[in-house]
Amino acid sequence: LAHGAGGLLTHRLIEDIFRPAFAQSPEDLTHDGALVDVPSGQLAFTTDSYVVQPLFFPGGDIGSLAVNGAVNDLAMCGARPVCLSAGFVIEEGFPIRDLRRIAGSMQSAAQAAGVRLVTGDTKVVEHGKGDGVYINTSGIGAVVTPAPVSPAQVRPGDRIIVSGDIGRHGMAIMATRERLGFEPPIVSDCAPVMSPVLRLIEEVIPLHCLRDLTRGGLATALLEIAQTAGVAMLLEQSDIPVSPPVRGACEILGLDPLYVANEGRFAALVPPDAAVAALAVLRDFDPSAAIIGTVEEAGAVGSVALRTLGGSYALDLLACEQLPRIC
Amino acid sequence: MAAAPCLDAHAVQRIRLDVVGAVQGVGFRPFVYRLATEEGLAGFVRNTGAGVTLEVEGCAEALERFQVRLRGDIRPPARIQRLDRCSLEPVRQGGFAIQSSDADGAPSACVLPDLAMCEECRAEVFDPANRRYRYPFTTCTHCGPRYSIIEGIPYDRARTVMRHFAMCPACRAEYTDPASRRFHAETNACPDCGPQLALCDAGRNVLSTRGDALEGAATALSEGRIVALKGLGGFQLLVDARNEAAVARLRERKRRLAKPFAVMAGSIDQALAIAYVSEQEREALMSSAAPIVLLRARGDSPGQLAPGIAPGNPNIGLMQPATPLHGLLLEALGFPVVATSGNRSGEPMAADDAEAFARLAGIADLFLTHDRPIVNPADDSVMRRIAEDMTVLRCARGLAPLVLADPQQDAAVLALGGHMKNAVALGRDGEIVLGPHIGDLAYVESRTAFVHSIARMQQLYGAEAAVTACDTHPDYHTTRLAESGGAAVCAVQHHQAHILSAMAENGISGPVLGVAWDGTGFGADGTVWGGEFLEVEGSGYRRLAHFLPFRLPGGEAAVKEPRRTALGVLHGVYGSALWDSDALRPLLDFGPGEWSMLRSMIDRGVNASVTSSAGRLFDAVAAILKLCQHASFDGEAAMAVEFAAESAAGVHRLPRPVVVSDGEMRCIDWRPMLAEAADACMAGIPAGEIAAGFHHWLADAILEIAWHTGFQQVVLSGGCFQNALLTELAMARLQEAGFEVYRNIRVPPNDGGLAVGQAACAARRMNEVTG
Ligand SMILES: [Fe+3]
Ligand SMILES: [Mg+2]
Ligand SMILES: [Zn+2]
Ligand SMILES: [Zn+2]
Repeated sequence: LAHGAGGLLTHRLIEDIFRPAFAQSPEDLTHDGALVDVPSGQLAFTTDSYVVQPLFFPGGDIGSLAVNGAVNDLAMCGARPVCLSAGFVIEEGFPIRDLRRIAGSMQSAAQAAGVRLVTGDTKVVEHGKGDGVYINTSGIGAVVTPAPVSPAQVRPGDRIIVSGDIGRHGMAIMATRERLGFEPPIVSDCAPVMSPVLRLIEEVIPLHCLRDLTRGGLATALLEIAQTAGVAMLLEQSDIPVSPPVRGACEILGLDPLYVANEGRFAALVPPDAAVAALAVLRDFDPSAAIIGTVEEAGAVGSVALRTLGGSYALDLLACEQLPRIC
Repeated sequence: MAAAPCLDAHAVQRIRLDVVGAVQGVGFRPFVYRLATEEGLAGFVRNTGAGVTLEVEGCAEALERFQVRLRGDIRPPARIQRLDRCSLEPVRQGGFAIQSSDADGAPSACVLPDLAMCEECRAEVFDPANRRYRYPFTTCTHCGPRYSIIEGIPYDRARTVMRHFAMCPACRAEYTDPASRRFHAETNACPDCGPQLALCDAGRNVLSTRGDALEGAATALSEGRIVALKGLGGFQLLVDARNEAAVARLRERKRRLAKPFAVMAGSIDQALAIAYVSEQEREALMSSAAPIVLLRARGDSPGQLAPGIAPGNPNIGLMQPATPLHGLLLEALGFPVVATSGNRSGEPMAADDAEAFARLAGIADLFLTHDRPIVNPADDSVMRRIAEDMTVLRCARGLAPLVLADPQQDAAVLALGGHMKNAVALGRDGEIVLGPHIGDLAYVESRTAFVHSIARMQQLYGAEAAVTACDTHPDYHTTRLAESGGAAVCAVQHHQAHILSAMAENGISGPVLGVAWDGTGFGADGTVWGGEFLEVEGSGYRRLAHFLPFRLPGGEAAVKEPRRTALGVLHGVYGSALWDSDALRPLLDFGPGEWSMLRSMIDRGVNASVTSSAGRLFDAVAAILKLCQHASFDGEAAMAVEFAAESAAGVHRLPRPVVVSDGEMRCIDWRPMLAEAADACMAGIPAGEIAAGFHHWLADAILEIAWHTGFQQVVLSGGCFQNALLTELAMARLQEAGFEVYRNIRVPPNDGGLAVGQAACAARRMNEVTG
């Protein structure tokens, strides 16, 4: 427990593990706060906590997740990340080796996204009072889009584009946690989405709305946008990219890939005349990116319909995915 | 029978009668006119928002005779529910008049369901000398569209879609002639002034009209093509029922794998050639509802029907022509046709022309349509004979809106029903009105129809509901909608609603033992219920007993794949020994990868909710007996078990139900029964005999719990009681032991009746609060 008392041992935790991993200039991580040069214009600010189990999974770990999560949230505001903070709640007895590994992957994720971790905090809790480690990340970004990016900008006719195939992160986590031996193993899509978003902005594509497809998956993200924006959406089932392993895993588990979480995927809503250009940009980063639907002129406000060969289904926000509604 | 004039002027009296019931659109005013003139009475009759008001004046004896005959001579579907009478001062004016409607007053007049063609109209349509010879829209005060064309009340031509058709002089003469069957027939029409047929291709091009359209459609059907026909409540898809290739094409285009199709027979003789029809079933077929009746197909008429109509199913859904249009078409064909709802599976049927062309474009080759709009769609109704009674399984065209007396109803309650087989109900003023079957609310189209149905019900009955009743399932569309509305929400547990639907229908208040068995419903403990024994009284319930819970690996996927449920149940019997058993494995059709994945799901509880469902127990038995491992439609597995049991040569008895008590709660352990069923199956005992044993075991379980709990009245409801064998076995045991048994007859026992139970619960809850 002594590691959290604020004394020499905490100092050693920071000196030994976090500073070597994160610090890019001698001042980083030396104070309780950091001084940051702020660009002029609008700032974006985000915070999120990560409690994922298992901590390590195919395609990432809690560290990369925490950094990418913050970076992606900033990107979804049309902002380029400037700096991040990281707070750790560590369970007593957690292997230093694992902590080092997590710190390492946080650093590589930050580097990949071009962002610095400038301040942080660690607390140690009694053994049995945490699941190894929890991480909170907060981030500041500089807004770089000429117009605001939000559900309020969504217009009828807008095309809905996904940045790549969906459902891999959620299935990878579940496979590892429940020891489901999928063959071949499903690898998480956990990745920063900064670069594709910046490229969209560079290519002067008018971005009406961006949303990362995290918890609740594609369906939940689009329903939230449709309800906030007061519009109806229509998706084509056959256009939604789902990799065969994810499709197969979802089928046997009885899950709907549209509701499975992602970590490196986002949806972009753009005006119809910009859709092809936007898709071309996104395909440079992931060839599975696709235009999957349209914001409708008519239709029930706040609804998302899924057109299939067997009819059009109305998607719902689900409170308890596991309870059947079929009688 | 003209009465003697009243000689004594002082004996003249005048009375006013306010009549409530099925009195609009059924020739009630002409009936009153005839009675009054025959009795030599003066006065008037008119429709009001609430029903019919009439005043008659004459001598006391004539008035007395009039009132007796008013009740005695009334002809169904007209029906008097309530009659309020008061005395007035005589006004001494001669003659009797039918006055135009009075639109004031709270609209509560009974809205009639659509009525199938009557005998008189049928005779006219087939009489070459009649001016309506071969006219497909012939109707009179006894028959024709009602609910499907009504835009408002009181029921008058001006408030129906018939307002688009001005009557010609001949029709107007009938309309104003008290001696005519068409006296004040609001749907009156003829070839000169009424709606007309058109035959169109899928591109909406009119190919022919009137008689030629009918002939064109008949020719196309004879050639095996698929015709979309605009019927009373919506579009139906028709195809030659003898033509296997045509039936297969319809299945493929409709994306309906194996679910049986209904068949329309042109005459009762044609029906008798296809199926065994009892007197009771014949009456149902010929009734004004003209429903689909589930009948035992004749095995001795090979070549009559294409095998693809109801694969592997000993029953056939038959119906009779509901309109002259259907009658003429079937007459021209001389053979039965498949008549299935114009939709893709699960969606409501298309009713609007534009919608039909859009939605059925890839399915129908031709469209036989007409210019009389359908404003309130209703699918075909379905009935089945269960335990001596014609039981409604789908309440729709010809039956809805269904009115049930419920004295507990006061302020308006809107009940939103379930998620699948949705139908809404409105409770108010001593009645619950059940609207027509809408369908599965997973579909966009159903949600649109659902919104329309709610608006129309509230408009027709003039009730802005202050309370919205719904299920307790947090993810039902109906629950979401109730919560987002402005009205107070009354959430009713699914199985309690099932039991209350039967209690309200039978007018009993409890306490009863409610046996609520169905596929799935949201339980009060957050698990999936479906094999429940509840004490129900007033607005309250208590869970008394249930089946031992088991796992559903894959949730909804398990509902579609009975083999998954079977694995969950077998795991309940054998525990982890199941995974290493070489004997049990071949019972279920799983690949090695699937087997190990499902093992992980069950062992670790991954998307494997826990259920006590009786319907799922049927699924498990269906899979273990190899009757159905993958279901392509709702209820397929349970039906397979029932059919196997019915046709079995004997009954393989299974160990008696084991009832385990835990304090107040009782649990029925099915494990010994299931272990024996699996053993017997492996030992080569015919599946049908084991299936029969399973039915007996279930009936025994009901009797056992009835004994344990000791309520005199037992109520059976839930989708499992669409099973005739189970219902009959359970009723026989209970009645023999002296219990009174109640169940749904007019209200569907499946989720189509939930709204009735929800409305009943909400009214009782309100009355209990206000004392
Ligand atoms: Fe149910
Ligand atoms: Mg976030
Ligand atoms: Zn008639
Ligand atoms: Zn006419």
